[in-house]
Amino acid sequence: MDSSSSEPVIVVENLTARYDDVTILEDVSFEVRRGERFMILGGSGCGKSTLLKHMIGLIKPSAGRVIINGIDIARADEEALHRFRSEIGVLFQADALFGSMSLAQNVALPLAEYTDLSSELIREIVRMKLGLVHLVGYDNHMPAELSGGMRKRAGLARAMALDPKFLFFDEPWAGLDPVTAAELDILIRSLNEGTGTTMVFVTQELASILNLGERAIMLHKDAKGIIARGTPAELREKSTDPRVLHFFNRQAD
Amino acid sequence: MEKMETTGYRLSVEGKTGEEATIRLAGRLSLDDLEPLMADLKAIPGRLKPRRISVDLAGVEYLDSAGALALIELENLASSLTLPFELLNVSGTNHGLLTLIDREALQRPPLRPESVRPAVVENLGELARRQYRDFLEIMSFVGQLVVALAWSLAHPRSVRWEDVKFYMKRAGADGLPIVALISLLLGLIMAFMSSLQLKQFGATIYVANLVTLAMVRELGPIMTAILVAGRSGSAYAAEIGTMVVNDEVNALVTMGFDPIRFLAVPKVLATMVVVPILTVYADLFAILGGLIVGITGLDLTAFTYIQQTKSSIRVFDFATSLIKAVVFAMLIAGIGCQRGFKVKGGAEGVGTSTTSAVVSAIFLIILADSAFAIMLHYIRQ
Repeated sequence: MDSSSSEPVIVVENLTARYDDVTILEDVSFEVRRGERFMILGGSGCGKSTLLKHMIGLIKPSAGRVIINGIDIARADEEALHRFRSEIGVLFQADALFGSMSLAQNVALPLAEYTDLSSELIREIVRMKLGLVHLVGYDNHMPAELSGGMRKRAGLARAMALDPKFLFFDEPWAGLDPVTAAELDILIRSLNEGTGTTMVFVTQELASILNLGERAIMLHKDAKGIIARGTPAELREKSTDPRVLHFFNRQAD
Repeated sequence: MEKMETTGYRLSVEGKTGEEATIRLAGRLSLDDLEPLMADLKAIPGRLKPRRISVDLAGVEYLDSAGALALIELENLASSLTLPFELLNVSGTNHGLLTLIDREALQRPPLRPESVRPAVVENLGELARRQYRDFLEIMSFVGQLVVALAWSLAHPRSVRWEDVKFYMKRAGADGLPIVALISLLLGLIMAFMSSLQLKQFGATIYVANLVTLAMVRELGPIMTAILVAGRSGSAYAAEIGTMVVNDEVNALVTMGFDPIRFLAVPKVLATMVVVPILTVYADLFAILGGLIVGITGLDLTAFTYIQQTKSSIRVFDFATSLIKAVVFAMLIAGIGCQRGFKVKGGAEGVGTSTTSAVVSAIFLIILADSAFAIMLHYIRQ
């Protein structure tokens, strides 16, 4: 089941990202549609992590806008920004689980912050979320006790605690063995199809891009922006840009 | 014809001076013999002044990249003397190795020069700039912290009290043994040293005054604060710094939490409660140390000593020492958290920040104490 509507829910308009005097992205514009699995790819140094940080509100753009569900997140007021934060979930590259808290406490944190539910109910929801990512029973384990794949899934459970409308993934397959990566693909696809959450991935993992990605944009550091856009299959087969072809066919430049 | 023999390789040269030279190499051309091999090979053009050089590798049993490097260096030397150079009887594997080595890599200078230590003046200038920037960052953090503290006091239910209790135990309860020990010893030492002088005037009773006044007014607050800075200030910096490196702070922000309210406020509140208590505790143990010296060394009775102690301080002294303790606590926890948030890089960054947290805290403590000393001097009059 692909995205059922073609309505754009994330609009990046003329985004320029600068760090001191260095321009990383210049005049980048694209849209993400409701419920789709959108891939942002590119080689090292192309600015994809920076782009993601702009989209989740960690960095304010030097120019341009990021509009999510109609709100310009760089200029929103406190209340709108707070609401925005409850509608997104982020899975960081280093999973970013709070090391001093158990898995259950990690997942419960956003629930405690944004809802008035009793601790009983929160515990039940936590159990459900851990169940969604196949981590049943690990409620009281500490992050340091888990394997890399399990920590990624725990991070995903936390990102999904509030049933967000948008999920952002920063290199989720980095450091995973092929089997675990494939299992993560299956999990992501089932969650996306089951909940209709719009998912944006920053990744270099070819297999998962081709397997999961519905639309993609490719960034390149020489262009400081997008050099190709389309479905992953289109980019691999029909692109005339040698950089795109090399990326998808795993060839040297 | 000359023959040279060493453990790994055998080298022989055929050819008359000024004519064609053929170098026959055999055995192992490897890293172990790189120095002698290079020296031998490079000496040949100078010695024989040949018209051309050929190197026969038929007898070579083993060639590694070091051996190949030696051959390439000879080739470069030959081309710099515009002598024709060729390698003969190169086996398949050796050929592969020789083509692998990038000749250009040997010639090209690095992209950036080796770091040169800057001059003293440059260093000082850079240091001054860094201190100024640091000062601005600290001021900015102080502002954010004050706002966060004010907000937390206005919304007490939003404070993470479990965390406050946790840090109270860590900074306070866990620190009792070391504070007790050091204070006791300090009391002992002060009483002992001062008694040596006071004995001459038969005024040993005033040991009690000295120990009490010194501890309550100055040493108690300062020493306790320095201990807490070392134990807890560093811990706060390390904990927050590690969270920054792990993206945990970023995660907090994307989840809608203010990192300062979430991470810094509990630590600051806990420290503010605990340091005054530790200070009183330190004072008591120092007085105990003095008491021990008084009873065992100075033939005072416990009653006399304690009476003298009580009469030497006023409530005002006690109150000001507690106020100092609270101020020190804010400085320690504040700078500890600020250093933690400013961590850049990985493990090394955390280490630097932790050290800086302790050093800066101690500096600020002494600075604040000096300010207090001046203020209290005028108030006491």
